[in-house]
Amino acid sequence: MLRALAVLLTCQLVGEAITRSLELPLPGPVLGLLIMVAILFAAERWRLVDSATIDETSLGKVSNGLIATLGILFVPAGVGVIQELDLIGKYGAPLAAALLVSTVLTLVVTV
Amino acid sequence: METPFALWVYLSATPLLWLALTVVVWVFADWLAQRAGRNPLVNPVMIAIVAIALILVATGTPYRTYFNGAQFVYFLLGPATVAIALPLYKNWPTVRRKALPMLAALVAGATTAIVSAVAVAAAWDVPRTVLISLAPKSVTAAVAMSISDHLGGIPALTAVLVAITGVLGAVIVTPVMNATGVRDYAARRFAVGVAAHGIGAARAFSVDPVAGTMAGIVMGLNAVFSSLLVPVFVRLFMAGG
Repeated sequence: MLRALAVLLTCQLVGEAITRSLELPLPGPVLGLLIMVAILFAAERWRLVDSATIDETSLGKVSNGLIATLGILFVPAGVGVIQELDLIGKYGAPLAAALLVSTVLTLVVTV
Repeated sequence: METPFALWVYLSATPLLWLALTVVVWVFADWLAQRAGRNPLVNPVMIAIVAIALILVATGTPYRTYFNGAQFVYFLLGPATVAIALPLYKNWPTVRRKALPMLAALVAGATTAIVSAVAVAAAWDVPRTVLISLAPKSVTAAVAMSISDHLGGIPALTAVLVAITGVLGAVIVTPVMNATGVRDYAARRFAVGVAAHGIGAARAFSVDPVAGTMAGIVMGLNAVFSSLLVPVFVRLFMAGG
């Protein structure tokens, strides 16, 4: 489990270091995600992993575990909205309109 | 023995209390959502945020104090974002087979999501920081928040807008899709993945595993694509705003 965490954190760290130093417009963890995908394909080439059994490895278990807990991870930042209540009160109508129109349009366009 | 007040003064300043509160409230919110049969209206993220916010306001606890404890949960967002690599890798054959139509739909959908939201809000006199916070609302929250933070938006506002979008997408997908006459479930779920990210995807998983996988793939692709698109969009259309 710790090995898997070491891999994930290293990917994130490298992603963060690269995006900061090159001032890329990409969030560090997203570059970390891309690095992780690249590592998985490299590991597959050397027959270290394959997509059928990846879920059984500790990396697979830790990754799926993290994805399964995604919901709670948004909560701490979301609670920060109590600092922005006046903003929401002030711009509640345009934000609501924007969300509704955009979600309907996106659903229709994507299909 | 300490008086209850002295105990409260001590505990409310420790990270432990707020970390425990976050996890306990989440478990309760998730239990409620399960009891409701994962009805999209009973969204655990929304319930947990509102419940904790109410507790903080009622006890007069500053957000800083709360975050001292909750940051341990918050920190896992980074590694969890990296972990989205796994479903992308695992489903790569599907991704490749359907690469072209998926990419076209993704580009069209993600662009619509960003542009239409910002365009509607910009019709009012909404400040730039709020518009930036709104732009990534269809991306999975982990990524949306870092996009927002990165460009000078308000990550907390983005988190709430993302949660509302997720609930909205999950609720209106069936009526909207019925109106357009699309019966292909893969296409439907793809659309949810683009419009409503993880919360939509989570619901798709509970409906059908294949649809859930599709939504999971799209969530990953959309995360990557939108983190590239939002900054470009902000630079092009909101310069000097």
